[in-house]
Amino acid sequence: MSDVHVQLLDLACGAFLLTGVLILWRSELAKIVTLFALQGVALAALIAVLGAHEGSAELAAVAVGIGALRAGVLPYLLRRALAASGERRETKPIVNVASSLVAAAVLALLAYAVCQPVIRLAPTPATQAVPVAMTVIFLGFFVLATRRRALSQVVGFLLIDNGITAMAFLTAGGLSPVVEIGVSLDVLLAVLVLQVLTTRMRAAFGGTDLDELRELRD
Amino acid sequence: MIGAAAQVVLIGVGSPFLVGLMRQVRARLEGRAGAGIAQPMRDLRKLLRKEPIAPHGTGWLFRAAPLVLAATALVVAAVGPFATTDSPLDPAADLFAVTALLALGTVALALGGLDTGTAFGGMGASREMTVMALVEPTILLAVFALSIRVGSTNLGQIAASVAEDPLSVISPVSLLAAVALIIVTVAETGRIPVDNPATHLELTMIHEAMVLEYAGPDLALIEWASAMRLTVLLGLFAGLFTPWGITLALPLALAVFALKVAVLGALLAAAEVFMAKLRLFRVPELLAGSFLLALLAVAASFFLERA
Repeated sequence: MSDVHVQLLDLACGAFLLTGVLILWRSELAKIVTLFALQGVALAALIAVLGAHEGSAELAAVAVGIGALRAGVLPYLLRRALAASGERRETKPIVNVASSLVAAAVLALLAYAVCQPVIRLAPTPATQAVPVAMTVIFLGFFVLATRRRALSQVVGFLLIDNGITAMAFLTAGGLSPVVEIGVSLDVLLAVLVLQVLTTRMRAAFGGTDLDELRELRD
Repeated sequence: MIGAAAQVVLIGVGSPFLVGLMRQVRARLEGRAGAGIAQPMRDLRKLLRKEPIAPHGTGWLFRAAPLVLAATALVVAAVGPFATTDSPLDPAADLFAVTALLALGTVALALGGLDTGTAFGGMGASREMTVMALVEPTILLAVFALSIRVGSTNLGQIAASVAEDPLSVISPVSLLAAVALIIVTVAETGRIPVDNPATHLELTMIHEAMVLEYAGPDLALIEWASAMRLTVLLGLFAGLFTPWGITLALPLALAVFALKVAVLGALLAAAEVFMAKLRLFRVPELLAGSFLLALLAVAASFFLERA
């Protein structure tokens, strides 16, 4: 890889990681959605850089598609859900923000540690960025585990998916377009279903605090 | 040698004007006329003419604190990579030495605040320590991330290497470290959103609470030292991330340095206008975030830049 490519790749990875961390940091739900859209842009840029390096039109097309989905459609759906719910903030995360940031630091180190064998298999600039993708996956799990609002949970789920996509492109240069389209549709469907679920929850409880979902019903 | 001396003189004389410039920028953006950029200098002159007064029951700590604060700021001004990268005190130009010097000044002032035995002094000192406990490690980590690429913790060498290869600033490591360092600079110099330098409201003040009992020349010394710390931290930021012109001839390098710091200060002041002060209990959140960014910068420098 040429120097410029490596720098651009690193820059995209840096932005990808930074937006992931900021999602954990901010508590206004609208900001979280904006940051998620930015992360989609960073992911698309990452794929575009890889595509430009390999000179593959297929990867460029995938980059455009992923950018449109993750920076356009999904944030749009999330914003609509947000406007409908009338909730502004992630009020009471189970772990407070300062501690979750420290936990994020630990998760980042863990990601770097567990990714070492993968990097050693083929030490290229792309695989060296794998820990970044792994960190974002961990951050997604953490958001899923500690946030209460349905919308932050959806964003956590999407963070995991962003991380997995980035991981696929960094290690293997991406999956075949058919699989990629399938996964993307899957994610879209999941978000739509969750949106419906959020609406139903609000109708039932007047809020989207997941702690309300304690009773089993038939 | 001449370079270091020129740095000290420039920072010593220029720092009150920097504070004045920042106040003036704020005033203009808020639609006020402002007192002019020389006002802090006039304040210092007025305070220096007054007789020194110390409250009853205070000891040598109270009297020594302003001196220590000013002395540490001056040493940092002499060794930092501001207008020249080779300093006569090379061992002190180390990242750890500079951070320790800044911390020493903060601790001295906090002890001075405690020594008065008043409620405000203790409160300010305790708050300052809370902030410092997160600020110092963040400065260390953020600059350390930059030093890994260079292979030396000497600030001059870090700045020189960036000056040789300006494009190396555009990397995730530098970006993360820069964001962390900006937040820390704001916290360390006691500006919005961490502290409000213009308030004397007991609920919110940090820095002002510690210096409440100082008067006359002592207060002038503290104000001057605080202005120098602000200049030094902004200069450190400029030196590490935009060290263009540091290799020029000395008079030109000094001018470029003054310009960079003035621009940074004006930007900081302009940004302050649009921000509200953070609740005190949310300050550790902000600082923990900047600490995390600095840690990620270190991690990224190990794992991304090895290629």
